[in-house]
Amino acid sequence: MVAGCSLVGGGEQAPSQHTVTLVTHDSWAVDKTLWADFQKTSGITVKVSMNGDAGALTNKLVLTKANPIGDIAYGVDSTFASRAVSAGVFAPYTSPDASQGPQRYQFDDSHRLTAIDVGDVCLNVDTGWYAAHNRPAPSGYADLTDPKYKGQTVVEDPSTSSPGLAFLLGTIKQFGADNWPDYWSKLKANDVKVDSGWDEAYSQDFSGSSGKGPRPIVVSYASSPADEIGDDGKPRTKALLNTCYRQVEYAGVLAGAKNPDDAKKVLDFLISQKFQEQVPGSMYVYPSRSGVSLPAAWKTAAPLPDAPAQLPADQVDANREKWVQQCRTLLQG
Amino acid sequence: MPNAAARLVLPLLALVPIGFLGLFFAWPVVSIVGIGLGGSGAADVLASGETWRLVAFTLGQAAAATLVAVLAGMPLAYVMARCELPGVGLVRTLILVPFVLPTVVVGLAFRALLPDGGVLSIVLANAFFNVAVVARTVGGLWAHTDRRAEEAARALGASRWRAFTSVVLPAIAPAIGSAAAVVFLFCATSFGVVLMLGGARYRTLETEIYLRTVDLFDLPGAAALSILQVVAVIAVLLIGAFARRRRETALKLRGRLETARRPVGGEWIVVGAALVVVIALLVPIVGLVARSLTTMDGWRALAGTGDSGTLEVSAWDAAWNSIRAATDATILAMLLGVTAAVVLSQLRRGRAVLGETLDLALMLPLGVSAVTVGFGYLVTLGDLPFDLRTSPLLVPFAQALVITPLIVRTVLPVLRAIDERLRQAAGTLGAGPFRVWREVDLALAWRSLIAAAGFGYVVALGEFGATSFLARPDAPTLPVAIARLIARPGELNNEMAYAACVVLMLVTVLAVVLIERLTPAVGEF
Repeated sequence: MVAGCSLVGGGEQAPSQHTVTLVTHDSWAVDKTLWADFQKTSGITVKVSMNGDAGALTNKLVLTKANPIGDIAYGVDSTFASRAVSAGVFAPYTSPDASQGPQRYQFDDSHRLTAIDVGDVCLNVDTGWYAAHNRPAPSGYADLTDPKYKGQTVVEDPSTSSPGLAFLLGTIKQFGADNWPDYWSKLKANDVKVDSGWDEAYSQDFSGSSGKGPRPIVVSYASSPADEIGDDGKPRTKALLNTCYRQVEYAGVLAGAKNPDDAKKVLDFLISQKFQEQVPGSMYVYPSRSGVSLPAAWKTAAPLPDAPAQLPADQVDANREKWVQQCRTLLQG
Repeated sequence: MPNAAARLVLPLLALVPIGFLGLFFAWPVVSIVGIGLGGSGAADVLASGETWRLVAFTLGQAAAATLVAVLAGMPLAYVMARCELPGVGLVRTLILVPFVLPTVVVGLAFRALLPDGGVLSIVLANAFFNVAVVARTVGGLWAHTDRRAEEAARALGASRWRAFTSVVLPAIAPAIGSAAAVVFLFCATSFGVVLMLGGARYRTLETEIYLRTVDLFDLPGAAALSILQVVAVIAVLLIGAFARRRRETALKLRGRLETARRPVGGEWIVVGAALVVVIALLVPIVGLVARSLTTMDGWRALAGTGDSGTLEVSAWDAAWNSIRAATDATILAMLLGVTAAVVLSQLRRGRAVLGETLDLALMLPLGVSAVTVGFGYLVTLGDLPFDLRTSPLLVPFAQALVITPLIVRTVLPVLRAIDERLRQAAGTLGAGPFRVWREVDLALAWRSLIAAAGFGYVVALGEFGATSFLARPDAPTLPVAIARLIARPGELNNEMAYAACVVLMLVTVLAVVLIERLTPAVGEF
């Protein structure tokens, strides 16, 4: 029986001395040659297990902390990190290379998490659309509630999408914990469209992407314009750098890992020069290591914002659910 | 002596599906719900008016979609069961295609068709997926029923409509009930469609359980809603079982050739209706094929891994993974489903309550959120001697869980329709229980067994919810690969996703054709 055969196959796991299970999110992508080289030279076999988005990944790690599903986790971001750290999911470890840049994004003093990459969620506008319609493009949050821009914005639902959540947090940072609902009410009154995920918003409703949707303003990433470079070599969209909210993604060795020693080596590799160089190309985020050169398109179209917003992790952790619920109720009514 | 053995066989057989369900369904679900109930807040969720609006919307949209699917499926069932027309075989195969299309792709298609469709697009998309369940389940039994009773009624002066409602409908009612129950469960728990087409406005219990578990980590809330969903599902199943109960009678099963013929007179109207349904089903399908053919880049890219290595393996490898996982799942589910159907059809005589309970238990996996099962696996399966939590084996297991109820629902009406006197006669003539099963049940039901396997295989091919939770990146199935391609930027990824969708459809059609060709004389399914 075929199923029986796979059962035998699955059972033969006398775990080799050097097998590490890396638990990560669905956006995991890596240069395959590089990854194969690392495994060959280090003698470590890395099994990758993808587990939904950053939220799902964090929750799974918390649920299984007594009997972890891997040795190292990568992809818990600054929005969810305090949940995992306070639950005791990670063991302390400081990689020798942490001083090469990652420490700029240090989560706390406990050294349980190492920053691997940073991404900024910002409003993106289709500059070509505004040029073609002979109108000024919006310049920041406030314009979105202006009747001039009515029906032009598409955002993601903060409860189902991580850029959606980052955008919500950005507006909370901008307008304050008391006034943001008022901003969102105005957004709603100005006919904002709320999609459940980034792919629908960006690929289907945004006019500046290959989908050529109807709306010229979208919540996406600071790096997105690098994907929208026209034949003339110029980007057709731009990110509004004063609306960015920063998400840092961390990796950490799991407490209770079966193979913590090799897990540490994998973590060292994640912040090595070689791995960090391929981060923008494969995962569309900025490397945490300093002095890593970016792809040419990023240099022209996707500069890293100077002063992105961020809320303290404990504040996010304490209020996330309340804010999300509030936002959903507001959008529904 | 043979009698004592026969009495033992049934409970022992029953242990197989019960054991599997217990280990891979009940234990994980009870554990995760238990963890949630250990926290505080579950009671508040049940007391909130918001929750009850969710329940109402969930049941309402599912009921509407079920109604649409039944209305659209009936003419198709009629044509497949009763009509001798060119192209019927093709239709039978084509209508299975919606089943395997990834929800994200169908969601995109319906969004394009009805940009602000709201509830309407949710209902239509859910019905789109499920028309085949009605057509094939009902058509299967319909093809077997004797046409002479209907003709007698007509000869006695009954109108065509009256003959249909008083003779045909009662005979096929069990299959309609079965199909409606399955469709209702699929629609009530459909996740991707509601999420994509409902946006932030329309929510169901299923999407809410997902959000609370995955994004908010509100396990108490999720547990409360899961219990509510299970209660609602059991209520619906009980109503269905009650409605079915007295209608299930021994029918005189016939081969299809006797009953299928060229339609005459008013029957052409039904054929016309069926044609309209087929065209409606084809619109999104043809749209997809056309889109995949706008450039050939997507097709060429299938051999690769997408824009800057979006996938871990090539799309062709993913297709092969799909075929393998679906094969494993179908074998496993046939083992469980047919065993269960045999036990159920036997239990009915004498121990009806026990039979109904088991019947209901077998349907529950369709009514419980995939995320609840998936998170349940995390907290339980680590305790097994082999840590199955990250095993590739989990994918076929989870798929088997989804298709076993379908197999039971397809096979059981036929087994129950077998005249008990045939079995008794065989017994009187000295045949042991296995011989009776082989000579009577198997002889009469083997075609529907093959049909059930084919149907289960197709559902396993397209299964996304549970698979996406469990598939490892180095072994994605095709639907998982498509969802990943669509979720990543890059024109090439998009084109590749559409080409991969067409591959998925082709594999489906090929699998169905193969199953039907490999078994000569399987004309009725």
